[in-house]
Amino acid sequence: MSSLDNETVEKIAKLARLAINKEDASVYAEQLNGILQLVEQMDAVDTKGVLPMAHPQDLKQRLREDKVAESDQRQSFQKIAPKVEAGLYLVPKVIE
Amino acid sequence: MQDFSIVEISKALAKKEFSSVELTQHYLDRINTHDSQLNSFITVTDELALEQAKAADERIRKGESGVLLGVPYAHKDIFCTSGVKTSCGSRMLDNFTAPYNANVTDLLNQAGAVMLGKTNMDEFAMGSSNETSFYGSVKNPWDTAYVPGGSSGGSASAVAARLAPIATGTDTGGSIRQPAALCGITGIKPSYGRVSRYGMIAFASSLDQGGSFARSSEDAAQLLQAIAGFDLRDSTSIDRPVPNFSADLDKPLKGLKIGLPKEYFAEGLDAEVEKVVQTAIKEYENLGAKVIEISLPNSKLSVPVYYVVAPAECSSNLSRYDGVRYGHRCKDPVNLDDLYFRSRGEGFGKEVKRRIMIGTYALSAGYYDAYYLKAQQIRRLISDDFTQAFKEVDVIMSPTSPSAAFKIGEKSDDPVTMYLSDIYTIAVNLAGLPGMSIPAGFVNSLPVGLQIIGSYWGEAQLLNVAHQFQQATDWHKQKPKGY
Repeated sequence: MSSLDNETVEKIAKLARLAINKEDASVYAEQLNGILQLVEQMDAVDTKGVLPMAHPQDLKQRLREDKVAESDQRQSFQKIAPKVEAGLYLVPKVIE
Repeated sequence: MQDFSIVEISKALAKKEFSSVELTQHYLDRINTHDSQLNSFITVTDELALEQAKAADERIRKGESGVLLGVPYAHKDIFCTSGVKTSCGSRMLDNFTAPYNANVTDLLNQAGAVMLGKTNMDEFAMGSSNETSFYGSVKNPWDTAYVPGGSSGGSASAVAARLAPIATGTDTGGSIRQPAALCGITGIKPSYGRVSRYGMIAFASSLDQGGSFARSSEDAAQLLQAIAGFDLRDSTSIDRPVPNFSADLDKPLKGLKIGLPKEYFAEGLDAEVEKVVQTAIKEYENLGAKVIEISLPNSKLSVPVYYVVAPAECSSNLSRYDGVRYGHRCKDPVNLDDLYFRSRGEGFGKEVKRRIMIGTYALSAGYYDAYYLKAQQIRRLISDDFTQAFKEVDVIMSPTSPSAAFKIGEKSDDPVTMYLSDIYTIAVNLAGLPGMSIPAGFVNSLPVGLQIIGSYWGEAQLLNVAHQFQQATDWHKQKPKGY
């Protein structure tokens, strides 16, 4: 597996929509590489044919009847939003 | 008053020796006196607590009974509490008042328990020392220069210092057991699926599980009883009857088979901690248990696997914080990207950012098979090791943590060293098993925990095994000076 340079760190941060300072990128690179080095221990294990385990109980998705179960709580949800208007969430203009 | 057990409190309340209001005030006074040194609470809910206590007194007066009715508790600030700030230890949610209750909160309200406040924690439960909290680190009441463990460090510190008789916690990789060990108290993480995750702010959904802190196994059982059970609103909640966790507490341990995984007593374990743990295991032999050496051959891989699975799930879960619907929003965003980047950049601390980035990387195109899929495959091997072991033994014992509490600041600059402090607890989450930590002794006046791991749905047995030890020893009755 590869080692991360500052540029890759900035690319990952961009994918994750995280603003990070340019001067912090090298610190993150060093720390993330440390973590990836730890993770590399996995490479030595032969996992051919092993079924991946996504979940402790190997659950199947539970299905329910298609009917309304929750009540409308728009008002209480909008009350804690940073910016709303007329029942809508406001974001900066997307289309000019 | 602060040394009473839940059962003692409950009896005294029923006999009207004191009221819930008096008891609650007593604890609020203690928080007021001591918490400026410990920083174990993010929010103290004085008014609400006294209101709930008054309502509990009224229910008691009307003849209602219940073991938690009128009993104060501290609530980890990861559980949503309607109308009360729920920060998850993060700047991102510093302005967040939950619009609804977590299932655990609902159940505790129904039981008539009295919430004293919301406890401090590592940011989004990511940490093993409570140093990643936006609200500052929590101190260990045994020595305030030391960490209380994490991520549920506030809950553990508050119970150890007698600022609350019981507290809730969550455990993704050891976040109940490790702080319980480092603070010298009792903590239990039940089997995955036992406690509803509804309204419990998500970190790594296939690992997160709520549980309880108390000073004794008997009390931990009472709190767990109140919060366990199937919940339709959590898609991974298991529809399975909840047994009476206290029913087997007094069962003798004669013939109990205890497995000691040799990998958990190897390099990296502090020699003094090992001595304490071995002495505790001798005590179990005195109680009639049989000790068998076992092997969990893949256990050394649990930390690497965890640091793929947990960050991957965290990067996905935390993508919901976008500065639009709730939580922190940056000032004057110029466009939508700017809103996302700066809101998240300002709202999350460094450890959370590291984990989001690791997870994003592990899930990105071209790396998924090498990291995430590989980790899930090894997760299966780790889980199979336990299945194999439980064919031979009833419970598994080990140290909870490789060392006693470390100094504040000692490991905070080195993520990997910090991660290794959860080396004995993480595999239990990967497998989804119940695990517990109980006080077993001291090293240099700092508490040491004994971890007890059970097979699926074996909470009652764990609590029994812990209780029998606590009947024969008094480590769990030791308390830090000044509290």
